[in-house]
Amino acid sequence: MELVINLIINGLATGMLIFLLAAGLTLIFGLMSVLNFSHGGFFAWGAYMGIWLFTTTGNYLLAILGAMAVGLLLGAFTERVIIKPVYGNHIRQILITLGLMLVLQEMLKVVWGPNQLPARAPEFLSGSWVIGDIVIIKYRAFIILVGFLVFFLVHFMLKKTKIGLVVRAGVMNKEMVQALGININRVFMFVFMLGSAMAALSGVLLAPYSGVIYAEMGLEFAILAFIVVVIGGMGSFPGSLFAAILVGLSGAFMTYYVPDLSLAVNMLLMVIVLSIRPEGLFKVKG
Amino acid sequence: MTTILNVEQIETYIGQYHILQGVSFEVPKGEVTVLLGRNGAGKTTTLRSIMGLNPPSKGKIVFQNKEIQGMPTYKIAGLGIGYVPEDQGIFGELTVEENIRVAMKDNSDATMERITKVLELFPDLKKFWKKEGGHLSGGQKQMLSIARAYINENDLLLIDEPSKGLAPIVVERVMESLQDLKKSTTIVLVEQNFHMASSIGDRFYIIDDGKTVYSGEMHELNENQDLKKKYLGIA
Repeated sequence: MELVINLIINGLATGMLIFLLAAGLTLIFGLMSVLNFSHGGFFAWGAYMGIWLFTTTGNYLLAILGAMAVGLLLGAFTERVIIKPVYGNHIRQILITLGLMLVLQEMLKVVWGPNQLPARAPEFLSGSWVIGDIVIIKYRAFIILVGFLVFFLVHFMLKKTKIGLVVRAGVMNKEMVQALGININRVFMFVFMLGSAMAALSGVLLAPYSGVIYAEMGLEFAILAFIVVVIGGMGSFPGSLFAAILVGLSGAFMTYYVPDLSLAVNMLLMVIVLSIRPEGLFKVKG
Repeated sequence: MTTILNVEQIETYIGQYHILQGVSFEVPKGEVTVLLGRNGAGKTTTLRSIMGLNPPSKGKIVFQNKEIQGMPTYKIAGLGIGYVPEDQGIFGELTVEENIRVAMKDNSDATMERITKVLELFPDLKKFWKKEGGHLSGGQKQMLSIARAYINENDLLLIDEPSKGLAPIVVERVMESLQDLKKSTTIVLVEQNFHMASSIGDRFYIIDDGKTVYSGEMHELNENQDLKKKYLGIA
């Protein structure tokens, strides 16, 4: 029983990290029809900036806020300068955002060097709680808590505020949103910045979880996030949470019980879901 | 008679297709101007060109003495033009209430009064206030789409085929509501249903192959069987 609970905690923690990365990606795709391959770059920059701030100042909250600020700035710059000229052209979007991803990756090496950097959790999140035979690693519980907190905050924003309403409406029919007198470009920028900040948050949270950070981590995790977006349904925010948890849990269980299949499990999940529901588990109705 | 909208020789391309090749018409304030024509004649594209959704490459669109061609859609809408598209443009996952809220430009008393009025006009919307737009019937969606365009103080409503795909009894209700809206707003109506068009419209323009080919007062068209047969396929 304790093994299953530990696997669930591991799976949920990984799932939450992927969710934070995928949620922005799905909103950006749903609202703006933009295939943003540079999203992993914001994730990696969030990790590096956060760990650098934490190492320099010892303040973990500052590290998290700093990482998110970098995400916001990178998001604003990317949307205005890189994405805006290629709206509506998927081929160009893929090429230019992949290019940006590589630039962001190489820039990390320029600033912080080509080697892996160690990342540790702050003192108050180190160690574990032992309840009976169950060992709960504090940092993993923290990731799960932050993941749910972000989900509820963004969910509240989407459901209860005017900007959230506009974002949801825009995901369904952006032409109509404009015809109602709303400047969709401002909404695009807001969503892009929000998504980028969430990716950066995911990066800084992942760092102590994995123990090291490296420039290529963005691309690796972005692939998982894309799988989650496809499984959850393009544009669906709750879909991305559900799919991320599904991917996290299946990864954790398969790694333990059928390690040979652990790498293939995500692809397998995607194939199964797409064969049954080609639009993903949570279809956004237009 | 004040002209609220003046469309002058607009030409619009969609991709490589030259859809509008010279559409011109005037909309007098307080009247219902009907755009008629066969399927594919360019009526919907005309409304979309006015809204900036398919901007014209040539010609002029003047709304209340201001040239609006080339302006972004949201600015055109902000000038006081409401748009009810052919597919109704309902946000399927938003409730009726949310569909209305997303369209509200402010929370002023005037807006609230208009919402109250529109709910009196369309009681079904009040009944299904918390229901998702995607789960409404075709007629209810049409009512919601018209309501959404009406709740802001727009000086002009562009309504694209409100009777399309609706049962005759629902068409009658939509028609009644348009008769009511007509008392307070100028309307440009694209309509294939000649009965609806002729009973609501004050004047008409016929669009054929992307050009305006005929215009006049609505009663003239009612009496002109040849014209109806030639351009509208009505015997």
